[in-house]
Amino acid sequence: MADIAEPMAPPMVAASEWRGDLSIRIRRGAEYVAIPLFALVVSAILFSLFLLALGKSPIQFFQLVHQGGFGTAFSIQNTLQRAAPLILTALAVAIPARIGLVMIGGEGALVVGGFASAAIAIPLVTGKASPMVALIIMAIAGMIFGALWVGIAGFLRYARGVNETISSLLLTYIGIATMNFFVEGALRDLTNPNKPSTMPIGDAYMVGKIPGTDVHWGLAIGVLLAIVLHILMSRTTFGFAVRVTGGNARAALAQGIPVGKLIVICCLIAGACAGLAGFYEVAAIQGRANASLVAGYGFTGILVAFLARHNAIAIIPVAIMFGGLVASGGLVQRRMDLPDATVLVLQGLTFVVLLVSETLYGRFKIFQPPITADRT
Amino acid sequence: MNVLTMPSPPAGDAVRAYSLKTIGVSKIFGPLTALDDVSISVEAGEFHALLGENGAGKSTLVKCIMGFYSADRGKVLLNGAEAKIANPRDARANGIGMVYQHFTLVPSLTGAENLVISRADAPSIFDWKKEKAGLEAFLNRMPFRVPLDVPVSALAAGEKQKLEILKLLYLDQRLLILDEPTSVLTPGEADEMLGLLRGMTQRKEVSVIMITHKFREVTAFADSVSVLRRGRKVGGGKVSELSVEDMARMMIGDTPIRDRAIRADRAPGDVVLDLSALYADDDEGLPALDQFNLKVHAGEIVGIAGVSGNGQSELVEVLSGQRPLKDGRIVVKDEIFEPNRKSYAKLKIFGLPEEPLKNATVPRMTVAENMAFRTFDQPPSAWLGWWLSVGPMRTKARALIKQYRVKTSSPESAIADLSGGNVQRAVLARELSGEVDLLIVANPCFGLDFASVAEIRAQIMEQRNRGAAVLLVSEDLDEILDLADRVAVMSAGTINYVSPVGSTNRAEIGKHMAGH
Ligand SMILES: Nc1ncnc2c1ncn2[C@@H]1O[C@H](COP(=O)(O)OP(=O)(O)OP(=O)(O)O)[C@@H](O)[C@H]1O
Ligand SMILES: [Mg+2]
Repeated sequence: MADIAEPMAPPMVAASEWRGDLSIRIRRGAEYVAIPLFALVVSAILFSLFLLALGKSPIQFFQLVHQGGFGTAFSIQNTLQRAAPLILTALAVAIPARIGLVMIGGEGALVVGGFASAAIAIPLVTGKASPMVALIIMAIAGMIFGALWVGIAGFLRYARGVNETISSLLLTYIGIATMNFFVEGALRDLTNPNKPSTMPIGDAYMVGKIPGTDVHWGLAIGVLLAIVLHILMSRTTFGFAVRVTGGNARAALAQGIPVGKLIVICCLIAGACAGLAGFYEVAAIQGRANASLVAGYGFTGILVAFLARHNAIAIIPVAIMFGGLVASGGLVQRRMDLPDATVLVLQGLTFVVLLVSETLYGRFKIFQPPITADRT
Repeated sequence: MNVLTMPSPPAGDAVRAYSLKTIGVSKIFGPLTALDDVSISVEAGEFHALLGENGAGKSTLVKCIMGFYSADRGKVLLNGAEAKIANPRDARANGIGMVYQHFTLVPSLTGAENLVISRADAPSIFDWKKEKAGLEAFLNRMPFRVPLDVPVSALAAGEKQKLEILKLLYLDQRLLILDEPTSVLTPGEADEMLGLLRGMTQRKEVSVIMITHKFREVTAFADSVSVLRRGRKVGGGKVSELSVEDMARMMIGDTPIRDRAIRADRAPGDVVLDLSALYADDDEGLPALDQFNLKVHAGEIVGIAGVSGNGQSELVEVLSGQRPLKDGRIVVKDEIFEPNRKSYAKLKIFGLPEEPLKNATVPRMTVAENMAFRTFDQPPSAWLGWWLSVGPMRTKARALIKQYRVKTSSPESAIADLSGGNVQRAVLARELSGEVDLLIVANPCFGLDFASVAEIRAQIMEQRNRGAAVLLVSEDLDEILDLADRVAVMSAGTINYVSPVGSTNRAEIGKHMAGH
């Protein structure tokens, strides 16, 4: 590289002043925490008004949520149990979000993955395979089918430009219908007259608990996956390419980044996470596949991912918080005589407030590195 | 301010234009003083040009006037009285309107719809008959017309820009601010538009502040000029009393500008880029490249001239992997070209696309990250091809920032915060810092000040002298005549004329550009 002509102007800033870099990052980080928290507070206030309008006490509500979700060792374990699938379904939203996709098919992938695990368990259980082997095969089947489900939406997007949000939502309905079709037909366990289900896998084949707790291993795996995926996205060349693509696909193409391949890979990872959640629901909680798999974890996961700003690490605490909300649902319902859907109202409110709060980024001076002060 | 009930056309010599003064405006972005005590004065009905090198603070100044930024010190006087402008809505209510470098019209709506919805008092239900009549009356007072009943997307760039101006006039703005308004226009379109504005200022209907890098536009259309340099106002005055040299000296002080690059005498080498029978479609699915053939040799610059819209941007997109090739063969150094990172790196293909913020950067990623796009998956930025080493990446960015004098407050700033010209420099630093065998350049000097233009052209020439094959697509014929060894004229998606620059002339090129 040949020299450039005499400087036209000295560099604006001396190298020593670049220490400000750190403060820029800290302030940005603070903004990402403060605004979602603010959104949470606002939605809690709005929800309180809603409760008041129903003639119920908001204070009692939040007390019950605290008690039912976090009050006792038992409730905390219950909460964590529910946080496990939420971490995984939130990852299923967050990973595609990094490449610029709004993928909301986690519910479908969870159901299909769970069903696939339960279905493949039938020959394994009847053939008396060793539990370890059976569980690994079931987990892999769940991940593959979950991956397939979100992967289809990703592929349609890449190959045909089909809107991934719509297609993943529709695929969710197809997934649920497919499970019902088999559960009520070919794979129905006829010994169970109450609820159409697949054959129970039996206690010997259930996933164990984390030692010393009543929480299944899915939580540990979820946390581990969140950490691994966070590192993948922020510290590897793969993640860098994904971020470039998500930020400007045209520029990514011009840099020779294989955009289509990355889109499909991100969707496969996402689907595998949700499918794994389905596996744990079957192999650690339900013991079989039936309509209980359609518990809304996939949809709550969307909210968790958005609150966590698609940051895999932040997903962990947010998922635990919402796990607590879900866990306390029964208690709230019984004590306050509120309908089942009340918690959904809170979630819906939070989601709307959160989306509105997206417009607040960059508006508060304290979060701006002095350098980008008051950009509009 | 209801436009339809607005007072009828100005009677006689009534001065409708507003005057504007800034007094001691300062704007500080952290460690960087973008504006330092800047005072400019624009009389009513004056056409005022704002000059300055890239990053001098021109856009920041007008953004302070418009209320996008709040100045840290100083005030703005409108018609002699202090104006409190806290946001662009206030500016608009005060009769100040701005035309941005990029279009702000809604492409899928017609011109008429765009005008009507832009009104602050736009009703929720439109009585289109009444609106049309109102628009008709408005247009009759205007010195120029634009077809209003076709979608904006179907208008040519010049017409869109005129429509942007019509919009401001429709909103009854009396002071128009234009930030590099002609960079998307051909010289003909630019002259027409600026001529119209000049007429309006002479009739005292509006005042104009125009940011530009083109001295020609200043001398031909402006009455007065202010020059900014590194955030300070360093000069100005009546255009009639200043020469281009005076203005240039004010802009850059006495730092020498880079001499014109010398074309080393060398025989062209082997064919590096061989394009044969290329076919590709545009966004609407219509043929954009139609049997396109061209060869570029090592150590040669081939300039593609042509009226914009004849397939040039599609050609660049095909060569940068942004648009699929329908048919044909792209061969680079005897290998079939695949738009992937391996072949870019192996064949040493680099590119400077037009509109770098849109085509070559991720605006919200940092300057350092953007500068690493070429090398992030190679050592030392990557370890085992997989692990990202942020340290070396940042060190490299610092070196490039220094070497190419990219004005940024930190490598960690978002690249979208840089001034337009500095985004261009950052991309240039990334693409030219390695060894280059094939360089694909499109309108590299859009929006750059004259010193940067000289520098970038010199760098392109240097790459050629070193033996790189350069394909230069430009709408600026002067640029092509200045740089190219051979000129190729593109018309209707194909090359219909190729000639060494030495043995052709403008008339000949112009004839083929018109498609003959
Ligand atoms: N929001 C911002 N945050 C931080 N720095 C900024 C911001 N806006 C502008 N700057 C800096 O202020 C300086 C002046 O920028 P400005 O955009 O006004 O330059 P300009 O004269 O318009 O240049 P150009 O001709 O390249 O458009 C630049 O160094 C730029 O990096
Ligand atoms: Mg500017």
